[in-house]
Amino acid sequence: MTKTVLELRNVDKSFGPIDVLHQISLKVKEGEVLCLLGDNGAGKSTLIKTLAGVHKPTRGTILMDGAEVSFDGPRAAQDMGIATVHQFGGTFPLMSIGRSFFVGVEPTRGWGPFKIYDRKKANAIAVKAVQDFGITRVDDGDRLIGGLSGGERQSLAIARAVHFGARVLILDEPTAALGVKQAAHVLRIVNEAKKRGLAVVFITHQVMHAMAVGDHFAVLIRGAIAADFRKGERSREEITDLMAGGETMADLEAQIEGYAEAQTDNPPPPSP
Amino acid sequence: MNTISIGNLLRRPEAGAFLGMIAVVLFFLVFGGINFLKPAGIASWLNVAANIGIIAIPVGLLMIAGELDISIGSMIPAGSMIIAIMSGHYDMPVWLSILAVLGFGVVVGTINGVLVVRTAVPSLIVTLGTLFAVAGMVLGLSVLITGTTSVAIKAPALYKAIFGQFIGGTYQVIILWWILLTAVYVFYVHYSKFGNWIFAMGGDRESARNAGIPTTRLTIILFILSATSASFVGMCQALLFNSAQVSAGMSYIFNVIISVVVGGVVLTGGFGSVVGIVFGTITFAVVNQGIYFTSFDRNWSSLIIGVMLLVAVLMNNTFRTMALSYAPKKK
Repeated sequence: MTKTVLELRNVDKSFGPIDVLHQISLKVKEGEVLCLLGDNGAGKSTLIKTLAGVHKPTRGTILMDGAEVSFDGPRAAQDMGIATVHQFGGTFPLMSIGRSFFVGVEPTRGWGPFKIYDRKKANAIAVKAVQDFGITRVDDGDRLIGGLSGGERQSLAIARAVHFGARVLILDEPTAALGVKQAAHVLRIVNEAKKRGLAVVFITHQVMHAMAVGDHFAVLIRGAIAADFRKGERSREEITDLMAGGETMADLEAQIEGYAEAQTDNPPPPSP
Repeated sequence: MNTISIGNLLRRPEAGAFLGMIAVVLFFLVFGGINFLKPAGIASWLNVAANIGIIAIPVGLLMIAGELDISIGSMIPAGSMIIAIMSGHYDMPVWLSILAVLGFGVVVGTINGVLVVRTAVPSLIVTLGTLFAVAGMVLGLSVLITGTTSVAIKAPALYKAIFGQFIGGTYQVIILWWILLTAVYVFYVHYSKFGNWIFAMGGDRESARNAGIPTTRLTIILFILSATSASFVGMCQALLFNSAQVSAGMSYIFNVIISVVVGGVVLTGGFGSVVGIVFGTITFAVVNQGIYFTSFDRNWSSLIIGVMLLVAVLMNNTFRTMALSYAPKKK
């Protein structure tokens, strides 16, 4: 039985009168990928922001290593080893790989007010960290981030989080804007992080990507967990149907077709 | 990657600014003759450059961080008038006036910074507000206190020697301040971690904050730097010319922004360099003053500056694309 790192117990979150999350209970385990699936507006972002310490839960508890914790801010969550990687987040297009890697924790040498940013060391560590994740195309820490491909940038951001001691890795739609090949790149990195014993929370609405790496799946509908199952327990179609809010994909297709047919005699007026 | 090659140099943010500076110097050498590079000629544009340059660097840093400060236009006369009224009109000790000038810069800079950080109103609008507010206050108070908009000041020799004197009859002492401050800025921006933070903030503020950078504090500090630099320059001018005018300074807004942009700072933030801003400032000053050495009519200089600004922006875009697309050659 693998160890549970982060756990949510009956967490509710509301902004004023609007309830966003209801009774969320989740476990994130070491060496496992938890896939958080859900349509737009299902509350995925609120949930990960709660995990990352941006929002405080209105009710319910967050446990880390079995002990109850309360994060005062994203910084506190980071210090406990919870790292969130947003799409392209944590990378700066016009900065060099080395500098971007060490933003906020720059290695310095020298003394007192004359501490000098150690470019060589930063570059060397950054390049090695990325290459360890199998991105061998990155070999010069002076290159600008903006010159990397989307997949490489995402990989760099993940490598950065892992390097700085993340135990829980929250990946917010890391494959959303990527092509097939680039996405495969990122999925490989996710697998690598899992192999290293990290707990990964993988947010996506691409069922294919989720099934490629996930061990455990949770489907979020209107702020509540609609389904919670392990790898192999559901088929791809079932998951897609769940994400669409219970309506089956076949129903939706029929609706669209019906609409299209109803419109044939009477095309909508051309927009000006 | 320590080899120096033309390709590497061209990818640096100051490359365009350096080439531009060489180009305008050559241009005025051809049309204005060698007088332009004789000591008196150098002084004419170096004095202009130093006054702009001290303000251009902090404004450029703000731009790198993704903000803008145009309130400098009224901070310059504010600095002049504060020292002139306190030490000229009231005969208070000069050191007290200097503290007041710098203190006023800190106060206005803090107001700018806090408003920008707290309200998320674009800094252009916030500082436009403080630009007019400070200008109005300085004008109103000057007329109220002294009954005039121009106040004379006679400072002791020591203060004149430090802040406002001509060295060798032609070079303003503020040039030395400019060189000193540039060295300090170069160190902190390019060789310490603080510079990294500024670039990160301009690149992606949200990510920078997530990475643990105190973005709020850093933004306010940058606004304080620019406002205080402007009031400092105003103070030096008052000490140099022994008088202060309420209306001086508005032209600095555009001059400073042109210098910064010509110097290779990207308007959307995240890219630029202190040395680039220095090159940009010199370029601007050379065009501004060089016209007097030629037989051209003075009015043409604005045309040159305008064209130069557009060329600079286009060139910077090209160099930035080159920097982005650079990848090490396969072995």
